[in-house]
Amino acid sequence: MAEVRDIEFRDPAASVGAAVQSLPPAAEELQDMQGERMVLNMGPSHPATHGVLRIVLELDGEVITKADPDVGYLHRGDEKIAESMTYTQFIPYTDRLDYLAPLANNVAYALAVEKLIGIEKQLPPRCQYIRVMCCELARISAHLLGLGAFAMDVGAITVFLLIFTEREKIYNLCESLTGARFTTSYTRIGGVARDLPPGWTDQCRQFLKEFAVTLNECETLLTRNRIWVDRTRDVGIISKETAIDYGLSGPNLRGSGIEYDLRKNQPYLCYPDLEFDVPAGSVGDCYDRYLVRMEEMRQSMRLLYQCLDKIPGGPDNQSKEPVNVADGKIVLPAKDRVLSGMEELIHQFILVTQGMNVPPGEIYFGHENPKGELGFYIHSRGGGTPYRMKIRSPSFVNLSILSELMPGHMMSDTVVILGSLDFVMGECDR
Amino acid sequence: MTALEPANQLKARFGDLISEPSEFHAEITVKLADAERIAEVCSSAKKELGFDYLVDVSSLDNYGEDPRWTVVYHLRSLASGAELRIKTDVSEEKSELPTVTGVWRTANWHEREIYDMMGLRFRGHSDLRRILMWEGYPYFPLRKDFPLAGKPSEVPGIAFTKPAPLEGGPFVTVAGGKDAISREPRVRTPEN
Repeated sequence: MAEVRDIEFRDPAASVGAAVQSLPPAAEELQDMQGERMVLNMGPSHPATHGVLRIVLELDGEVITKADPDVGYLHRGDEKIAESMTYTQFIPYTDRLDYLAPLANNVAYALAVEKLIGIEKQLPPRCQYIRVMCCELARISAHLLGLGAFAMDVGAITVFLLIFTEREKIYNLCESLTGARFTTSYTRIGGVARDLPPGWTDQCRQFLKEFAVTLNECETLLTRNRIWVDRTRDVGIISKETAIDYGLSGPNLRGSGIEYDLRKNQPYLCYPDLEFDVPAGSVGDCYDRYLVRMEEMRQSMRLLYQCLDKIPGGPDNQSKEPVNVADGKIVLPAKDRVLSGMEELIHQFILVTQGMNVPPGEIYFGHENPKGELGFYIHSRGGGTPYRMKIRSPSFVNLSILSELMPGHMMSDTVVILGSLDFVMGECDR
Repeated sequence: MTALEPANQLKARFGDLISEPSEFHAEITVKLADAERIAEVCSSAKKELGFDYLVDVSSLDNYGEDPRWTVVYHLRSLASGAELRIKTDVSEEKSELPTVTGVWRTANWHEREIYDMMGLRFRGHSDLRRILMWEGYPYFPLRKDFPLAGKPSEVPGIAFTKPAPLEGGPFVTVAGGKDAISREPRVRTPEN
């Protein structure tokens, strides 16, 4: 029998009052100069914080004098959970990090474990191309939502409606590829769960064709729109030095003019064989970060077209190219072989019950995710489970700049800055 | 790309404080013998060797060993792409080391997270509060002696926790278990 528990209603006024009490007093001279300050509690459930971010703002009139971001409302202890399960069992948890780009998280995690085992160079070419396509589709999907939410917060609701039509098509692609629309869990250590389904490449080409039209439409709606430009230009400027000092990554780092992209600078998968450009901003304001994301989506399209053309085995894999590493101690054998062969049966049993035997050692692998550098630091002491897994989440690091970036801006600029930083709390809080 | 050269320079600069660089899967790791010098070593790595970007700071609980804690710093030079890992041990009695927020400001939240999850204190940190858990939460959940299911706690009016209903969960494997039985996913009650 479930225990019956009375619902306790908290007194919101009292708890806000207590929060105000606990704030340290502002410097005396500041108070004299700028008059009375007001503490405004923004979040954790506020439409512009895109999740459960809470920011305690200190305002002087309409100007922010202090900002204290408060994260952790979505903390689920993923790092602790990882320590008590096999490497393969953790794959579904990676879907729930950046839940706007689960495919990219899957790839990042699989590559990290493969680096630890030392098989990242043995990945079959077809698998690498499929993974790159997954990453780039995830990038388009995540950037689209980031853009749509950003634009809606600034008042351009049309963009939001347009991008959701396109994201729906990406979800259809995910569904036919992985069987799930959101929580894909598509990669396996040493490969992917299944090959491309028949007709998928045509479906993908069709999507890219339609998406190019919508992207142009969004661009005409925003890029030279007077209101949009006025709201975003020269707002939230992050200089090169500050961006590096705060460890920003991804489009936020590149928006500040630093051309650093892990796909180019520390290449993995088949990215060295593909052509793409890394866009970078010049000023480092919200407008630059918007432009960088727009251009990244175009580069992702370019990458996808190249992958679709060059994928080994062609769309239907006529030549039976493998998509998994040929090692029974890492990848599950085919089911019919398990039921007929003794060795495969043993492999299956060991892999499912104990997991693969990972050598002792430690690695860090950083992956260029849509939000920035998603890194996994895995410390193994041998056996089937990690001893410690640290997830370096880009949203967590990118958000740490808020208390530096916000002061001096108007209250209405907070939504612009938050939208341009494009974070996901599921990943920030882990 | 390799960080072997800068790692050797760091060793030449600090002598016996820095261990011989070790390499695993093309990643270079050096160990710093005295955690008290970490800020100085990091500052030198940043200013003289060009490691301008702090990727990550993480912590390890070597439960049952002495010293109990290891703090791991991942450094990167954006210009050359070289990556260097610096590790340093901290004993359980001390559980304290200097902050590197003066070198890279991104260390601020990383160190707060380590304080929150492992309970290590960073001396000189301007704002050492819990970050993912709430103020007043009594435990450090990433320590190895903290159970997976969690422990009951209550901060009246703010938050409370109860052990997870599965009490350790079905199909739990023991991290680094000694034998196949403990490594195998199976139902475990808190007693075994």
